[in-house]
Amino acid sequence: MIPDWLTPAIMTIVTASTPLVFAAVGEIMVEKSGVLNLGVEGMMIMGAVAAFAIGVTTGSATLAILFGALAGLLLALIFGLLTLNLRANQVATGLALTLFGLGLSALIGHAFVGETFPGLPKLDIPIISEFPIIGPLVFGQDFLVYMSVASVIFAGWFLNRTRWGLVLRAVGENHDAAHAIGHPVNFVRMMAVLFGGSMAGLGGAYLSLAYTPLWVENMTAGRGWIALALVVFASWRPGRAIFGAYLFGGITILQLHVQGFGVAIAPQLMSMLPYLATIVVLVLISHDVNRFKLSAPASLGKTFHPSQ
Amino acid sequence: MIEPRLELTAITKQYPGVLANNNVNLKIMPGEIHALLGENGAGKSTLVKFIYGVQKADSGQMRWEGKDQEVSSPNVARKLGIGMVFQHFSLFDAMTVEENIAVGILPELAKGDLAHRITEISRQYGLPLDPKRYVHTLSVGERQRIEVVRCLLQSPRLLIMDEPTSVLTPQEVRELFKTLRSLSEEGVSILYISHKLQEIIDLCHNATIMRMGEVVATCKPENETPRSMAEMMMGANLIAPERPDRRTPGPVRLTVNNLSVVSSNQHGVDLKDMNFDIHAGEVLGVAGIAGNGQRELMDALSGEVPVDAEACVIIDNHKVGRSGPADRRNAGMGFVPEERLGHGAVPEMSLWENAFLSGAQSMSLLDKGFIRNRESADYARNIVREFNVKTPGVENAANSLSGGNLQKFIFGREILQGPGVIVVLQPTWGVDAGSAAAIRQALIDLAGTGAAVLVISQDLEELFEVSDRIAVICEGVISSPRAVSDITVDEIGLLMAGISEPSSSAREATDGH
Amino acid sequence: MAIRLEPRSEVAQGMIYGSPLVAVAATLVSGLVLFAILGVSPLDALFTFFISPVSSLDGWTELFVKATPLVLIAVGLSFGFQANVWNIGAEGQLTIGALAGGGLALLFFEAESVLLLPAMMIAGILGGMAWAAIPALLKTRYNTNEILTSLMLVYVGLLVLSWLIHGPWKSPDGMNFPESRLFHDQATLPVFVSETRLHIGWLIALAVVLTGWIVMARHIIGFQVKVIGMAPMAARFAGFNENKIIWTALMISGGLAGLAGMIEVSGPIGKIQPMISPGYGFTAIIVAFLGRLHPVGVLFAGMLMALTYLGGDAAQIELNLPNAVTGVFQGMLLFYLLASDVLVKYRIRLAPSAPIISKTGPSK
Repeated sequence: MIPDWLTPAIMTIVTASTPLVFAAVGEIMVEKSGVLNLGVEGMMIMGAVAAFAIGVTTGSATLAILFGALAGLLLALIFGLLTLNLRANQVATGLALTLFGLGLSALIGHAFVGETFPGLPKLDIPIISEFPIIGPLVFGQDFLVYMSVASVIFAGWFLNRTRWGLVLRAVGENHDAAHAIGHPVNFVRMMAVLFGGSMAGLGGAYLSLAYTPLWVENMTAGRGWIALALVVFASWRPGRAIFGAYLFGGITILQLHVQGFGVAIAPQLMSMLPYLATIVVLVLISHDVNRFKLSAPASLGKTFHPSQ
Repeated sequence: MIEPRLELTAITKQYPGVLANNNVNLKIMPGEIHALLGENGAGKSTLVKFIYGVQKADSGQMRWEGKDQEVSSPNVARKLGIGMVFQHFSLFDAMTVEENIAVGILPELAKGDLAHRITEISRQYGLPLDPKRYVHTLSVGERQRIEVVRCLLQSPRLLIMDEPTSVLTPQEVRELFKTLRSLSEEGVSILYISHKLQEIIDLCHNATIMRMGEVVATCKPENETPRSMAEMMMGANLIAPERPDRRTPGPVRLTVNNLSVVSSNQHGVDLKDMNFDIHAGEVLGVAGIAGNGQRELMDALSGEVPVDAEACVIIDNHKVGRSGPADRRNAGMGFVPEERLGHGAVPEMSLWENAFLSGAQSMSLLDKGFIRNRESADYARNIVREFNVKTPGVENAANSLSGGNLQKFIFGREILQGPGVIVVLQPTWGVDAGSAAAIRQALIDLAGTGAAVLVISQDLEELFEVSDRIAVICEGVISSPRAVSDITVDEIGLLMAGISEPSSSAREATDGH
Repeated sequence: MAIRLEPRSEVAQGMIYGSPLVAVAATLVSGLVLFAILGVSPLDALFTFFISPVSSLDGWTELFVKATPLVLIAVGLSFGFQANVWNIGAEGQLTIGALAGGGLALLFFEAESVLLLPAMMIAGILGGMAWAAIPALLKTRYNTNEILTSLMLVYVGLLVLSWLIHGPWKSPDGMNFPESRLFHDQATLPVFVSETRLHIGWLIALAVVLTGWIVMARHIIGFQVKVIGMAPMAARFAGFNENKIIWTALMISGGLAGLAGMIEVSGPIGKIQPMISPGYGFTAIIVAFLGRLHPVGVLFAGMLMALTYLGGDAAQIELNLPNAVTGVFQGMLLFYLLASDVLVKYRIRLAPSAPIISKTGPSK
């Protein structure tokens, strides 16, 4: 027999994981091009607030999603201009992006605290969607969940099967060589950065439109940073990133359910789990220096100075 | 009349502070192998980058097969039929040979069964390559083949080769020349950039010689001698370093015992059971092709990568194998690494801070943890004066100095600390001839004061100038050192290729040296 | 026309100090636009935000109170950032420092000893250090990126705080509010300008600035930190121990953040409550950059940033603006700073897009 709570629990894992999938896949693309954008948290929260604000004002989920992505993209554009065109330090600029995003989202979101959004419509195929577990899990999700899975497949295909993916990897591997061969390093990077920004924006949009669905200040609660850790965990491979995202989504939901079962552990201590798990995973992945170096894009985080 | 394949007229390029190309003219005919000769910094690279569309010129004109032509990017160059093999390979370690080639050629060419075509071309020109291998698993020579095959796949009509032989053994060089000659017979023009004179005489039909951004001469290399071309290149008569008569070597100062190091770097070379020693007053030269363990040997001797057993490295009876650089300095060692900016010196820091960097202990520039600024500056001024470093003052940053001047400063810094043992890697790489001569002289003089000197270099001429004995490093193994007087270039070449028994058939190969 | 970046042959010394001023000016101009968008008179708003908070002695003392934790943390972070050690978890270290120092105050609640305050300070420093020791250990032992680990520990630290004040440390006479008892006088930092909140923490911050300046400029630790940040290979060449420098940088920044936390709870707050810091640990990152990673620069930058907090409060009260405006100003300021920093290393040239070859080039 399938216990009653199982299906909703699995469904919430999907909901909790989807924002991470978006943000991590976007950041993989960015890092594969050799850029380290630590502003994922800021882009996510801007996506969340923009999507929620548009959703509440217009009532249109589509517009809300589009604006969520757009907000992430605009923030990424600032990052791209600063780091690629003005050659600012990527770490500092990424941090700035996060601080700025948190501040600006709070300012914009001020007027929307307490509003609600009906959530995203879910796919509903008669009979099939009613199958136990599999039905709702595979055929009963909202559009963005399917899109997040599609984005993983797209990223994998793009990176490994297309010429532009090859060029992007080359740029991230050795930007001087790519430049010497004649590839437009900064253009490729800017495209990757903008893609990463819109994906982070989508992740944020999902949070405020489907996960909560509410606007709360600082509602990303470190998910942008966890997405960054997931990129490392996934060794920069989209397929592994979705696995990692669901693992973390699972941990997040698990700790909620353990609290629900009345286990006598303070809820604060249980809430530490996802963060502690992130640290443990990072240690496990990075302790083998050689393997780590081989999977990380070799030009990651280095500023590109086209030789004169 | 046959149109020249490439004709450059009055190319000028100004960088901040440097006139890199001044009114440069160049003409290459179909099938011609044309040498572009000059010292580091003479402007060869700038000119070539312009031809290949990597960089723009301020003024001047380029004609390609009789027509005015703008080359705005390497893609345009490739479409015209210009291929280039870079000195610093444009390769991507974490990608396969096939991917490396695909990313560097026109998209149309990359379609279809590329792997098959790679195998075919490489067979046709005797450049064996496995398309599925990852680049980081390949030797330097194999990596160069990728670059060459990448060009050949595009059926170039002009092939530019930037210092292609600095990474090859004399034997590999001969193979490469065969390929180049057969390309020339097929009508491919080749622009061959080098400062190795004998090679140019062996290979090239014509030569253009550059100095300080200008063309100073053109000649037919077959009518010249290495010496006459060197004088054109440097604009002065060559001065060979003065060497005192052969001394009787003093006591052993540096001993290397059973030194084995497993490289921590995936792409690195393991050192295997090295044994040698250097006496007081002696210069030991270590020859070898780049990437055969020179860096690892340097790291193991400098202590940047300490080794397992204390007795592996002994300086004047001090066992220092497990010590780091600071302790080894205290024991009397000095080091000059290969990379000036970022390793031997901190680019953004002033000269006096850089003097302090390695001299803190031995020149007592530290007082209870605090830096003695005035003494450090005095020390730096001393270096500048004694080693003729051209700089406005010791407050200037290291990266404001030219390569040669900074290298002199770094050598001065180490030598003035009076080391008993000094280890230097590629001492004159990218240094102007004047500074190079001064540095070599300084090394010989230092040995004259009773120090033991180890010079690791890829420049054979340099090693023959300064060394008393020469050993060869190949794949992390060092040959037993032999006196310069009884080892030939040819034997060294075979050792460099990892062939330990010299065979008589290879004897005539490098006669011209 | 195209904008070109032309590398300078030497770093422009003037610009190192000029670019923060450019950034501040640009932020003010953007502030005008921002206020206009928010529907308030821009000039009034700027006045309220930046001038009115410091138009009285009281205002200045409040500025110093707010600047104290920012300056303390940012001096520490400057050491780390110069060494390319990116401790961005100062907020967590501050929290644990506050808990360690404050915990001592609760433990010896009835103690009447002059030693209690110094002991609390040491406990605060040790608490911050302990929290920073985790990323230090993971980085030096397991090569784990300190950015992510130190940041994750912020969330963990805040949860520890929340757990303690909801449980073991909850005040017995606090009507079930999640906060600790009010510290006794012996556990409270003395105020040195009467009738204000200005406590001796500010003097400690000034002393730290001075010490930091001397260490950075003259001591071997400062030198090593700079070398490893600019040229890690050169640091190895010189024989500096990289792991030791990473540890030092994290211990200095963690310890100072912990001290800042202890000073907050034992100074202006006087108890342990759910929100000890309005993000000082993160704002200090901006302070460090704005202050050019130089202790004296940090001092001024810290005061400027403190002003944005006061301004945010003033704008909330007088203009009914959400005080999130503070965060926006801080973020903008850092953006503009990073953008104007380009002037230090490059000259900006407006140039007609250069022709690849000028056909009219000189003919011979």
